[in-house]
Amino acid sequence: MNMFKSITIGQFLPGESLLHRLDPRAKFIALILFIGTVFILRTLFGYLLLGIVLLGLLQISQLPLRYFFRGLRPVFYITLFTLIVHFFMTKGGIILVRLGPLTVESDGVYLGIFMALRIIFLVVCTSILTLTTSPIALADGLEYLMRPLAKIGVPSHEIAMMMTIALRFIPTLMEESEKIMKAQLARGADLESGNVFRRAKSLVPLLVPLFVSAFRRADDLAVAMEARCYRGGEGRTRMRELQATPLDYFAVFFSALLLIAMAWSQV
Amino acid sequence: MAIISARGLGYRYPAEGCGEVWALKDVNLSINKGEFVAVLGPNGSGKSTFAKQINALLTPTEGEMLLDGLSTADATNHWRIRQRAGMVFQNPDNQIVATTVEEDVAFGPENLGVPAAEIRRRVAESLALVGMSAYRLHASHLLSGGQKQRVAIAGVIAMRPVCLVLDEPTALLDPRGRREVMDTISRLNREEGITVIHITHFMEEALAASRVLVLGRGRVVLDGKPRQVFQQHDELRALGLDVPAIAELVLELRAAGQELPPDVMTVDELVAKLCS
Repeated sequence: MNMFKSITIGQFLPGESLLHRLDPRAKFIALILFIGTVFILRTLFGYLLLGIVLLGLLQISQLPLRYFFRGLRPVFYITLFTLIVHFFMTKGGIILVRLGPLTVESDGVYLGIFMALRIIFLVVCTSILTLTTSPIALADGLEYLMRPLAKIGVPSHEIAMMMTIALRFIPTLMEESEKIMKAQLARGADLESGNVFRRAKSLVPLLVPLFVSAFRRADDLAVAMEARCYRGGEGRTRMRELQATPLDYFAVFFSALLLIAMAWSQV
Repeated sequence: MAIISARGLGYRYPAEGCGEVWALKDVNLSINKGEFVAVLGPNGSGKSTFAKQINALLTPTEGEMLLDGLSTADATNHWRIRQRAGMVFQNPDNQIVATTVEEDVAFGPENLGVPAAEIRRRVAESLALVGMSAYRLHASHLLSGGQKQRVAIAGVIAMRPVCLVLDEPTALLDPRGRREVMDTISRLNREEGITVIHITHFMEEALAASRVLVLGRGRVVLDGKPRQVFQQHDELRALGLDVPAIAELVLELRAAGQELPPDVMTVDELVAKLCS
């Protein structure tokens, strides 16, 4: 279980803040607008402005900052990697450092910092959404927003149902993998030693029973759902209907305004 | 009035290699409203197949099965049948759909297209009936086995069924969970008048029923009140079934010359008889 605990991306922290109470649809649209903003920014000053806005949102969300940034740790490695690759591989501008055959040139530094900032900002935006929205609300919101796409054949209800079921079974399958791991260890399986290939190979006796049981569960669940009259999204009602408030409209309006302002001022 | 009636019901699984093995054959029976029927039988006797026939998850190969007057052979009846005959399965983990208790109970009524306000009322009511109101907003995977099964029962009750089919709901539970589930089922039968079909392999659980059906090789072998059925030691043994521990003890005591009536089935009754 420990290997899963450090990953907080995609987790939900229940709360009562303004951001928690926003309609998931409004949050989704706002996220898309924020992502748009991240991509049109051209100067470091622009990123500074957006950073201030995001810090403000974090403040409103009442998320514990230490928890929030600790969850981002795995992303920092990816960012660091991007930064280094750009430093050494992107050429152009003035040569800043020369290390034997390798050179660091100004365009590389510039682009590297930009890419790194983009990755961090994207992850921060998305994390704010997932940390403040329950998985069910996310699935509901997504289903609603994808409804127009049904005309071109996108199965919006099915996608949302798949998300819900996946989320429902994550803890069950984690518990099961732990159980299988213990069972295999009890029979003398060695999961820890050896090089990468050996260790990958030792995962086979873990994955095979896990898959078999997952398929069996899926089959059982399908029968159980059918027994409870599940027949797709048509004619289905929801216990909790989504209801947009003026605050939700304001959130979308604010995000759109931010995007337009940033695009227009070319920061 | 008969809620469930089977006439000449036979079923053969379509899989190749099964040849002429009938999972159910010549089943004729009718179950009335308000009955509490326990279905017993060894592995492969057709218990689960029978359960799935009731709510049209499987349809007869021959003969017919009527639920509340609706034939399961007619595919247009299936959803109406499944609403009337709610089913609870063996593995509590594999039948809970949603991440919270409340959402899961709402799943059935949502599928039926019930309006939101009515769903909320039914959810509250069903959870109260199974004694799980306090867990309304809990995460479903963190409940105990017995609690999960009670949530599953609530999910079925919220669809307002006339009968409840339980396919070995206690098989994977610990004794405490088993008692929770049995108490819930008995209460729903007694107080709400819901017809219960309880498939089980625990003989003691069958004692709570008003009627016991014993299946063997796809046929109904014994059918009667629990006290009558459990006196048929020889037939039950021939099927590889046990009799309840106390009935067994009574049999031995009688063989050893103790004066006892043959229909003593519970510890309390036996104590009362022996100490009188």
